[in-house]
Amino acid sequence: MTLSKSPASPKGAADGTAGETDRVMVDVRGVHKGFGPLEVLRGVDLRVRAGEVTVVLGPSGSGKSTLLRTINHLEKVDRGWISVDGELIGYRRSGDKLYELKEKEVLRQRTRIGFVFQDFNLFPHLTVEENLVEAPVSALRRPRKEARETARRLLERVGLAGRAGTYPRQLSGGQQQRVAIARALALEPKVLLFDEPTSALDPELVGEVLDVIKDLARSGTTMIVVTHEIGFAREVADTVVFMDGGVVVEQGPPSAVLDNPRQERTRAFLSKVL
Amino acid sequence: MRPTATTAAAPSGDPSATGATAPGPPSGPGGPGSLTVVPARHPARWAAALAVAVLAAQFTHGLATNPVWEWDVFRGYLFSETIVQAVGVTLQLTACATVLGFLLGTVLAFMRLSRSPVLATAAWTYIWIFRSIPMIVQLVFWFNLSALYEELGLGIPFGPVLWSVDSDSLIGTIGAAVVGLSLHQAAYAAEIVRGGVVSVDHGQLEAAAALGIPRLRQIRRIVLPQAMRAILPAAGNEVVGLLKGTSVVYVMAIGELFYQVQVVYGRTGRVIPLLLVATAWYVVLTSVLSVAQYYVERHFARGADRTPPPTPLQRARRSLRALRAAAARRDRPVVPAATLRGENR
Repeated sequence: MTLSKSPASPKGAADGTAGETDRVMVDVRGVHKGFGPLEVLRGVDLRVRAGEVTVVLGPSGSGKSTLLRTINHLEKVDRGWISVDGELIGYRRSGDKLYELKEKEVLRQRTRIGFVFQDFNLFPHLTVEENLVEAPVSALRRPRKEARETARRLLERVGLAGRAGTYPRQLSGGQQQRVAIARALALEPKVLLFDEPTSALDPELVGEVLDVIKDLARSGTTMIVVTHEIGFAREVADTVVFMDGGVVVEQGPPSAVLDNPRQERTRAFLSKVL
Repeated sequence: MRPTATTAAAPSGDPSATGATAPGPPSGPGGPGSLTVVPARHPARWAAALAVAVLAAQFTHGLATNPVWEWDVFRGYLFSETIVQAVGVTLQLTACATVLGFLLGTVLAFMRLSRSPVLATAAWTYIWIFRSIPMIVQLVFWFNLSALYEELGLGIPFGPVLWSVDSDSLIGTIGAAVVGLSLHQAAYAAEIVRGGVVSVDHGQLEAAAALGIPRLRQIRRIVLPQAMRAILPAAGNEVVGLLKGTSVVYVMAIGELFYQVQVVYGRTGRVIPLLLVATAWYVVLTSVLSVAQYYVERHFARGADRTPPPTPLQRARRSLRALRAAAARRDRPVVPAATLRGENR
């Protein structure tokens, strides 16, 4: 799940522990979330096993992004619960009560969950390297020197070696998103969440970002990717989840969901985007 | 555009000859490049410029010849010990009130933005009150603090006092002025800082939160540096305003620039030259602040543009280089137009 593994090692077997593959990394149970009168999530259940890639598809407004944002507690859930690697997110359970965690503890939990935004959200006043070094140093108290070395290694991995000293706005959209991915990886998270990582990019830049994500998938990083790239889903996903109207309509391996959808709504959506 | 047009035409022969004789529309046989462009005339603009020049000349002549300005007196006092010391006091007051005012203002700004209604209301009330009281009224209040509270003490609220001090000895005259200026400044600074913080894209905070960066660090490292771009122009105004605003504390008989100038002309009767002395110092100090502001703004603009604009110094150096290049060109016979344009950049 971390980067210490060699990129070439096959998924799941990477740790040499076969049991690892069955471990549930992200567990979403009966999650409801509303904004005012609008109910965006209406009881979502989702289990993601360690080392797996889950791609979430669905029409806009189906609650995909909101679901992703509840997993790292950028949005509080109204009902239900979420755990990552067995740890409840945003709450502490004692008996049959859930106690809200303090912000400090939530921030600590978030360092284990990488998040990549649609519009990158790089810090424009910091250089690429400073963007990557900031969180490991301030949140994980890593020595600056070590964080800088990690940053260089990660930049090389996303194909941006030598760009450490530039400012984000001097880079193309695709390069910025690759920096954002490296920034998320710098914390060595247990799971990576991608919120439409290529939607803000020019078509010719989409490929370079997807290549980086594919490379991560091959190295056994647990990922949940919200996207509209059906081809990417078919190629990389272990599980495809189709959401509509705030619920999971259908899920399964790409061959099942994309090629032989059982639900009418899935079929209707796919016929529009394929 | 005119020089470029004629320059471009230069290699193809005598431009005036082809331009004058070429008949028909610009797309005629000669092509647009070979026509001479006659710039539009602006007689009204010339007349206005002339009028302004005459007025400026008159004013300058008056400055030089009118004996009332008493330039020798001005020169005598400009760097006199009293005045230089007074400038020091003015700078001290400005510096203290700026630092304290903006520190308190930043705290107030984040109180107003906080989710706690008590903190937000408290900050709002502070800003409301201190923006409502004229600075001079507030200063006189602080000056008379000892009349309001004879002793200031630390202790349990509504309970026994553990430590106390005579308010006159705690807050001297200068102290009262600094407190008054700072509290006044804080109310304005709070709104300026809040405006800057609100202008930072929400995604920045979300990204910082998603990375688990501690809250205070988010503010100091991510939000404030970006907010500075919106804060600085307004803050620059405030600091300049404060520098001149310190002249108000003359009511407390503090030896700052304006007070000392008054003392001197009260004694000598040389009002005009001494007012000029004060004016000169205020202009110089404000100019220094303006230059400082330019460079501070530039510092916080890093990363905002793909290529940062050159500083005036860099621009001066560049035009000097261009001039030298032009001088060198004059010795050479014929230069292709493309090179000319390239070097002008």
